[in-house]
Amino acid sequence: MSVSLLFAIIMALALVGYLLGRANASALKSSGNTLHSIPPYHGYYVALWCGLPAFVLVLIWQAAQSSVIDQLLIASLPAHLTEGVSAARISLVLGEIKNVAAGRLFGTPEPAVLAAAERYASMQSTASLALVVCTLAVAVAGIAFARARLAPDFRARNNVDNILRWLLIICSVLAVLTTLGIILSLVIESLAFFSRVPVLEFLFGMNWSPQTPIRADQVASTGAFGAVPVFWGTIFISAIAMFVALPVGLFSAIYLVEYADKRIRSIVKPLLEILAGIPTIVYGFFAVLTVAPFIREFGLSLGLDVASNSALAAGGVMGIMIIPFISSFSDDAISAVPQSMRDGAYALGATKAETIRQVLLPAALPGIVGGVLLAVSRAIGETMIVVMAAGLTATLTANPLEGVTTVTVQIVTLLIGDTEFDSPKTLAAFGLGLVLFISTLALNIVALQVVKRYRERYE
Amino acid sequence: MSDTTAQSGKPKERAWYEPDAKLSRRHAADRRLRIYGVAAIVFALSMLATLVGTIAITAAPAVTQTMVTLEVEVPEGAVDPSDPRGGSYQKILNSAVARIFPEVDAPREQRELRQLFSNGGQYALRDKVVSEPSLIGQTFEISFPLSDIGDQLHKGVIDRDLPREQRRVSDEQIAWYDRLVAQDRISAPLNFGLIFNADSRFPELAGLWGALVGSFYALLICFLVSFPVGISAAVYLEEFAPKNRLTDLIEVNINNLAAVPSIVFGLLGLAVFLNFFGMPRSAPIVGGLVLSLMTLPTIIIATRAALKAVPPSIREAAIGVGASKMQTVGHHVLPLAMPGILTGTIIGLAQALGETAPLLLIGMNAFITAAPDSMFNPSTALPTQIYIWADSPERGFTSRTSAAIIVLLGFLVCMNAIAIYMRKRFERRW
Repeated sequence: MSVSLLFAIIMALALVGYLLGRANASALKSSGNTLHSIPPYHGYYVALWCGLPAFVLVLIWQAAQSSVIDQLLIASLPAHLTEGVSAARISLVLGEIKNVAAGRLFGTPEPAVLAAAERYASMQSTASLALVVCTLAVAVAGIAFARARLAPDFRARNNVDNILRWLLIICSVLAVLTTLGIILSLVIESLAFFSRVPVLEFLFGMNWSPQTPIRADQVASTGAFGAVPVFWGTIFISAIAMFVALPVGLFSAIYLVEYADKRIRSIVKPLLEILAGIPTIVYGFFAVLTVAPFIREFGLSLGLDVASNSALAAGGVMGIMIIPFISSFSDDAISAVPQSMRDGAYALGATKAETIRQVLLPAALPGIVGGVLLAVSRAIGETMIVVMAAGLTATLTANPLEGVTTVTVQIVTLLIGDTEFDSPKTLAAFGLGLVLFISTLALNIVALQVVKRYRERYE
Repeated sequence: MSDTTAQSGKPKERAWYEPDAKLSRRHAADRRLRIYGVAAIVFALSMLATLVGTIAITAAPAVTQTMVTLEVEVPEGAVDPSDPRGGSYQKILNSAVARIFPEVDAPREQRELRQLFSNGGQYALRDKVVSEPSLIGQTFEISFPLSDIGDQLHKGVIDRDLPREQRRVSDEQIAWYDRLVAQDRISAPLNFGLIFNADSRFPELAGLWGALVGSFYALLICFLVSFPVGISAAVYLEEFAPKNRLTDLIEVNINNLAAVPSIVFGLLGLAVFLNFFGMPRSAPIVGGLVLSLMTLPTIIIATRAALKAVPPSIREAAIGVGASKMQTVGHHVLPLAMPGILTGTIIGLAQALGETAPLLLIGMNAFITAAPDSMFNPSTALPTQIYIWADSPERGFTSRTSAAIIVLLGFLVCMNAIAIYMRKRFERRW
């Protein structure tokens, strides 16, 4: 039985519970009692007791079922298949068993596998049957329990309110759990990585070529995990992006706030915001399709040698993407400077440009800096543009016409098409992810602090 | 500024209305700043125009698909009427082609000739015969796509004047193609396959259906999870939470979560959903869960703003007539805030629709030639399909990638338009 059908049944039962509870309360009322809560609240109470435990049970069951069955299956396998073999080999056997159970036969599997496949199929059907039975039992038990508590002086409304309040609390804790999940998964996998590659080598090594050798005596790829060239590439491309975005964003914000009339502002500002709404994959394709060939042709016509995946193309397009971040943050910051400061400057005979440069910008600086920091963190974490337009090889170069690689590019290339969690190659991606997470987090915290303090100053 | 007071030296010979050099310099600086501003805006907007323009132009060839119409004879013996799927349709098509080009008999030339026609022709023929078994034993006309090179010849993407070594079609192929045109067998109807076909290695057969279904499932999951959870979290933080260390922590947390790079969410999905919970790889359900974690902060922040905008007098009135806190929120505050919440949700979902990086990490860039039956089956999504096509070397995929981007942008424009409309239509000023 599919999970969505099960959910539908739970909903239906909850509805039944609601009607039963309400009918109970109405009966109590019509027999002359004074109820503490109106009958619908008795209904809600029964419905919650019916639906919630069953819903939670289904979720937990779904999350746990496959791994529990796998464990049972491994435990039931004959010793020669499981003892003294690697985890990868066991998961291979498991995959074979599941394939056989699904009717996809490759060659003739050994009898132990065939038997296991049969066991697997029967366990699967037992488990889904047990799930249905348990869920229905829990739901019905919930109805019975809740109905038994209904009485004229039962505080149904307060109880319902309390249950709902706890639901709200759980939902807001979920956001914290997400962060916790991110930190835990990054840290655990990174620790596994750092047990193979020393932290210092990773952070300060100058050579990055993560393709681990397949054979021990292989010459070409040595599996070096010195991430400095990768960090450098990230910083370099982000710097190019900021070099494009900072002046464009800042000047357009100044123009829109101080010079443009209302009509132009109301047209141009949303148009600029469109740049922020375009998915990054589109920018990536744009970089590959238009910008990179253009820069290459232009460079060749000047006699320069330009790589097809030059840092300039990736960084430039990323800069275009970031323009609206800078412009809208600067816009907010400049608009927030009190009018009295402008009037003061004008009264002293300053021109608009002088007012902007010597009064408004210094006053708005913290806000602008906050926006710029957020934009930098955006640039560092940006993935698709660089995956499509930047290089794969880690080179330490300051020439924007050459290709460099970034942290995000390496994470994607290391993890695409590879799910083995025990090779340093895939684990390295989590190491890089941890560095990425920490650096963007630090930038965000600083930026939010700066912006917040600035806001307090003028409010 | 101080310049005006610094003119204490010898008085200048000028009328009061004549600007001095310093003043005109200052005004020039003002004009320059204004010009910089205009230039910056023009640069940004022209980049936007170039982006949309180049993508629209490269997408244009994908609007139509070049088809060829052949008379096909399905002999009685070639297809078993009880099992029409098992027929050797490629052979039937080959003989239909051979009737038009009887002089082509060398195997190498025949292979070149067949390169003009799509590999999908046999399947088109098969599907037609399977749906109409009475066609067995008859001669009838069938249309199916030309191959990538035929398509490009028709659309003029391949330059015929180039020397042979630099173009991808031989002189014979061009001649054969021209004969098909002369016989009026070539047509270019609208390319519905682009939307309704699933993915394929052959550009002329590749379509977005699988990706659209995958994206739909992922967004559905994303909505089902992030909408109720986001609203509940926001309602708790805004209406119920006491001001203490814990709620402060949650607040800071949500603000930071909104700025975590999307690829980190992909790493989370890979480590937790795939590796720890053993969920199926490449499945829309995992993609949807990862996207919902990303959308959650957006919805929470939007909901809190909408709740803040509801004036306290509404709450006081409800509490004054005896409503509980939960009733106040559920019956009055939340319905009044709903337009703002929905606007924020749609914008969050639009962001989720365009998100690529986390989906790559959980394997939604797999090559899958059928739309998923359920949200547990492997699938692609719209942005990852664009990524796959952008990486494909065949020329035909360039225009299809652009066309797919136009489809994606179309969805985003629609969603944002709905959001803006709702904001304009239902926004209440108190």
